[in-house]
Amino acid sequence: MVPTSYYLILSAILFGLGVLAFVFKRNVITIFMSIELMLNAVNLAFVAFSQARHQSDGQVFVLFVIVVAAAEAAVGLGIIILTARNRQSLNVERVDLLKL
Amino acid sequence: MSAFLNTYATIIIDLVKIALLLFIVLTVNAYLTWFERKVVAHMQTRWGPHRVGPHGLLQPLADGAKFLLKEDPTPAGVDKFTYFLAPLMALALALTSIAIIPFGPEPLHIFGHEVSLGITNLNIGILALFAITALSVYGVALAGWSSNSKYPLLGGLRSSAQMVSYELSLTMSVVGVLLMAGSFNLREIISAQAHRPELGIFGWNVWPQILGFFCFFVAAVAETNRVPFDLPEAESELVAGFHTEYASFKFAMFFIAEYTSMITVSCLCAIMFFGGWLSPFPASWTFTHYLPSVILIPFGLWVIWDGIRYETIFGRIVLPGVGTAITAIGAVLIAFPAVNEFIQGPFWLLAKIFTFLFVYVWMRGTLPRFRYDQLMSFGWKLLLPVSIANVVITAFVILMRGVR
Amino acid sequence: MTPNLAIFFVLAALTVLGAISLILQRHPIHSALSLIVVMVALAGLYLSMGAEFVAAVQIIVYGGAIMVLFVFVIMLLNAGVEERTNASKLAGIAGIPLAVALLGFMAVVIARSNESSQAGLQSGVLASTKEISMMLFREFVYPFELTSFLILVAILGAIVLAQREKS
Repeated sequence: MVPTSYYLILSAILFGLGVLAFVFKRNVITIFMSIELMLNAVNLAFVAFSQARHQSDGQVFVLFVIVVAAAEAAVGLGIIILTARNRQSLNVERVDLLKL
Repeated sequence: MSAFLNTYATIIIDLVKIALLLFIVLTVNAYLTWFERKVVAHMQTRWGPHRVGPHGLLQPLADGAKFLLKEDPTPAGVDKFTYFLAPLMALALALTSIAIIPFGPEPLHIFGHEVSLGITNLNIGILALFAITALSVYGVALAGWSSNSKYPLLGGLRSSAQMVSYELSLTMSVVGVLLMAGSFNLREIISAQAHRPELGIFGWNVWPQILGFFCFFVAAVAETNRVPFDLPEAESELVAGFHTEYASFKFAMFFIAEYTSMITVSCLCAIMFFGGWLSPFPASWTFTHYLPSVILIPFGLWVIWDGIRYETIFGRIVLPGVGTAITAIGAVLIAFPAVNEFIQGPFWLLAKIFTFLFVYVWMRGTLPRFRYDQLMSFGWKLLLPVSIANVVITAFVILMRGVR
Repeated sequence: MTPNLAIFFVLAALTVLGAISLILQRHPIHSALSLIVVMVALAGLYLSMGAEFVAAVQIIVYGGAIMVLFVFVIMLLNAGVEERTNASKLAGIAGIPLAVALLGFMAVVIARSNESSQAGLQSGVLASTKEISMMLFREFVYPFELTSFLILVAILGAIVLAQREKS
């Protein structure tokens, strides 16, 4: 039997690593991927709690999180493609002014 | 020693099953290539491979030796990790999907342990297969991109776009079957088609789900990148598509992955729409249980007769031997009724799989290929609405009649 | 060390290694592949907890659709190896301690909480697909319809963003 706190600590570690990647990386796409990593860490916490309390609410909410992540990825990557076309670069430091 | 075997019995049985199934699948793959070349050749009124062994039966061995011994160049400028990962991923995923398929209803009883035919019995069988199909897009996309060359990149992008588009119709067309069976488990899907055993062939899922069957078959052919949907790997269009820059063994890995996914799709069609291991005859016609022997014994005798007068000496030894083995198996089935009963389920399943593989090869020899824009518009504008309509109609009918 | 605990540690190690590899890799495609490893390992964790439907949906949607989108975009935009600039070095120096602090804080909070530690792996399924779908269409029907609306909006947004300029 794996205690629930193990899963929660793993979720915390993944979330922390996601934050680290978000702060550390310069490529827009990699930053976006770190957001997905953070969402996954939260999903793990949801399923762990769902198992601890023997309810399936957590799993239903995981489905919603996955759907929202999918919608966000689609629109976000569209925006990234446009931005990359306009500024000829995927480095996030070149996108810090509204002016091209 | 026997105590060790007893405690770890289940693990040892599973490992032996996995090894045996891997061996069988790889052999079937090899002889599927022989089968395809022979059938397509005969459809084009030529002979196909007939030199390497009797009737060309050792051709797959020669091809395998060629793949292993050929030079394996790595082009300059490729992304090494991805270049090596892509065929590995394609092959691993294709072979994993065979683990989910059940091959027979009754378990074997050997050494006091029950051994079921089929490696796992997942509650989410179909969903796991779709998960593996979804991941196999990566093999193609990464192969095309990592080759650092124009034509493979184009072929890889086109092929992965095609696979992603037809995945939707693939999953939607199966929902009708799932509604009728009430479960994702493949064994329960087959049992749901056996609810009235006197119907035989008319109880199978293909009659109420004819629309779903055609959508599934077409989408599955597109998923496996076979004719008529094989533009991304066509020779006249894109050199060889996403596997242009791959040489001997890595190309063989893609090859094996493609044929294994063909086998998986044939298994799925047989299980979900054509009753799996159920006999097409009504259950009361027990004389049909002799059909395997009735097929095997004359076939074995014909192989012996053909082998005796074959051209090469090697053929004159091997073919009668093979024919004798086939006749012996047929005779054993008549002599031992218990074995005959056990073999009924797997026999019908294998016969249906073989029929679907023949249809695949038949399409290869007959149909021209789609142009890319025709392919995409067919997938999105025709196949997806029809699969969704199938789901809606099935749900409506089930609601009206009540779940059986 | 029971088999369940061993499976948990193997899968957890895989996720953490994948996440660290996401940070340390220089080419975005390798980061994407590391993220795929994390997602498949997480699906394995869900499976070991008995949440089989969620595991399958995780692989199909996250691993098979969203990450394919990421990989396509990286291929199309021809993303190259990352460059090291002054700002990234500063972010590394300041960011690592902060992230470790965040992590430590969360771990301490979890370890000190009164979570009952008995809800580990149980045999059988946590919630069958039937149960999840009943709940989805009864208690959660309003959010469910809203998500379908959300996906419609996302599709329209992606189409509008992908249009070429009318010149």
